[in-house]
Amino acid sequence: MTVTEPTPSGAKKLGPHSWRVDIPGAERADFTPIKWQLYLSLVGLALGALMGLLQAFERLDVNLYEEVGLETYYQGLTLHGVALALVFTFCFANAFLSVTTMKGFNRPLASRAVSQASMWSAWIGVAMAAWAILANKATVLFTFYPPLEATPAFYLGAVLLVISTWLVLLNMFLTLRAWRRDGNAGERIPLMAFVSILTYLMWAVASVGIAIEVLAFILPWSLGWTTTIDPQFTRVLFWFTGHPIVYFWLLPIYVSWYMMLPKQAGGKLYSDGLTRMVFIMFLLLIPVGVHHQFTDPGIAFSSKTIQWLLTFGIFFPSLVTLFSVVAGLEMGARANGGTGRLMWIRKLPWGDPVVSGQLLAGLGFMLGGMSGLVNASYTVNVVVHNTAYVPGHFHLTVGTAVALSIMAISYWFVPYLTGRDLWGRKWAVAQGWLWMIGVLTFSRGQMAAGMEGMPRRTAIAEATYLDGQGAAWGWGNVMTGFGGMIMFISAVLFFVVILKTVYSSQRVSAVQTTPLTEVVHGPKVSWAIFDQIWVWTAVAAVLIVIVYGEVIYHYLPLNSVSEGIRVW
Amino acid sequence: MLIERYEKIFMILGGVFLAGAVVALAVSVVGGHATLPAPAGRIEPSEVTSTAPFDEPGVFETEDGVEVVMIARAWQWEPAEVTVPAGEEVTFTVTSADVIHGMLVPETQINAMVIPGQITEVTQTFSDAGTYSVICHEYCGIGHHTMGGRIIVEES
Repeated sequence: MTVTEPTPSGAKKLGPHSWRVDIPGAERADFTPIKWQLYLSLVGLALGALMGLLQAFERLDVNLYEEVGLETYYQGLTLHGVALALVFTFCFANAFLSVTTMKGFNRPLASRAVSQASMWSAWIGVAMAAWAILANKATVLFTFYPPLEATPAFYLGAVLLVISTWLVLLNMFLTLRAWRRDGNAGERIPLMAFVSILTYLMWAVASVGIAIEVLAFILPWSLGWTTTIDPQFTRVLFWFTGHPIVYFWLLPIYVSWYMMLPKQAGGKLYSDGLTRMVFIMFLLLIPVGVHHQFTDPGIAFSSKTIQWLLTFGIFFPSLVTLFSVVAGLEMGARANGGTGRLMWIRKLPWGDPVVSGQLLAGLGFMLGGMSGLVNASYTVNVVVHNTAYVPGHFHLTVGTAVALSIMAISYWFVPYLTGRDLWGRKWAVAQGWLWMIGVLTFSRGQMAAGMEGMPRRTAIAEATYLDGQGAAWGWGNVMTGFGGMIMFISAVLFFVVILKTVYSSQRVSAVQTTPLTEVVHGPKVSWAIFDQIWVWTAVAAVLIVIVYGEVIYHYLPLNSVSEGIRVW
Repeated sequence: MLIERYEKIFMILGGVFLAGAVVALAVSVVGGHATLPAPAGRIEPSEVTSTAPFDEPGVFETEDGVEVVMIARAWQWEPAEVTVPAGEEVTFTVTSADVIHGMLVPETQINAMVIPGQITEVTQTFSDAGTYSVICHEYCGIGHHTMGGRIIVEES
């Protein structure tokens, strides 16, 4: 295609170098690694969705794994978990929060080299892990509990992917320093930059658990340098990170819901201070991972009780978020002529796929949050732990609040990064609704069957104990199967829209604008102490030492008794 | 710091709601005698079959009630079928000889992880006679979905 070739609509196609953005000093080269992070994220989504389809078929007793060259359901399930829970979410965060950091500071990231290094680290890491999984050398699911032992390439790949996130944080801090030196020494950190940094800071602290698990225990063991490992203790380390990993999936979406969505709906954000407080609370609420281990034999009752109490604290920042985001949306709808207690909802821009997808995602999150209260209540947890109820719950949270939001955000983010118009807005709107119909069907089936004791992570159609189980096992699986297929069709529609946008939509010549919500009560009326990032990090560290110190104190000495086992 | 009136009200209501949920749960734990597995000892997974009580898996009448000793291994329960009386407290003492397993008996309070190196202890009083499934609910390899056992509860 040449620069002057007219498009069917008559507009001039623009050359590859005409792409511009509303961030002073930011050039195309600053965005190249970001674009490739986003593409890797979407590769993860595509692979994960395809595996989801195979799982949906399995629920209906149709086994297609051999047809696509995979050995077992569990190999596909490992791919599903790794591609979606790690690759899709992490790489999206790497791309998206790099841009919000730039917009927040109104300048490019400090180091292009670090951006590049992060992008390469992610791609190489994902390639290594993908090889290990596809070669059936790592059918250990994304939780990789020892003594299941994968090939070292799997763990090394995961390490590189985590390093890519740490490099993003490094670049954020370098950019903060550069911004301070640009004559902003005493200024409040811009809100958009603050929430981006807090998200990554939270994750960096949270990832220490899994870093110790892999670097100190699993890698030396899988390389044959040590012979035995402690399965209970490595689980503690895994869940230290495994709970706040949920925050790392969710907080980039909160950045969008707070800092962009009200703007996209024509409204504003009420409070600078409460927004900062919410993100700080997630940093402080890292030590709750034991609530994933209520039924573990090796953990003291006191540890379980303490972390169960802390777990309930997590709902508070999300309740505040509910108020702030809905208030921002209501302002937009009222400005658009909306009236009444609830009828203003109709005046939200439902025809804009960016907004409608995120509104639906928010709705899914409310249902997911409520079902999460059930999991967290440990008396009820005994009923649902490790049953199909759990995937029913988290497909509403990470599988909808996060995944559907990422798809909706992509409807402006991909055009923004490529300088092309979004193709097929109506299809994009329909895609969001289709996803909701699919996931509500799916989760209803999973939750019902789970409450009647159907286990999760199981090739259930081939199970040997199906006779005599509750009625919900049967119809629950049918709903799960059809719901999953609807979700897959929605994902296909998403990729049609994105690929048509990238490959056949026309280029727009306007400068790309990065959405940024205006704040009603700005930093002047919020506490300056919120900006003392190191103070909050220190408080978080102290809390972790106290709460996990209690766990480890009761647990020690280590019980390294297991050699690696391959059961696939 | 400036916080809008509605915001303040919402936050207070949210806090009260969460505090209420915590209290309700605390009451149900104390009043309903809900228990969770607590540490019941450690063991060498490679020596399970020669370590008491796992050298003799099965059902035993003890002074404190009925005790069931089980070993989980990929992909079966040993013994695969046990018979226990209804209306009596049954204590299950379980461990793994290889990877992590999970023990789930639908329609009961039995839901616990079985982790190599650790001994899991759970109790259950079966009020109704009948056949119950013992399902492994943690991925333990490609035969995971075949790891089912049975508990037959008889009227005593």
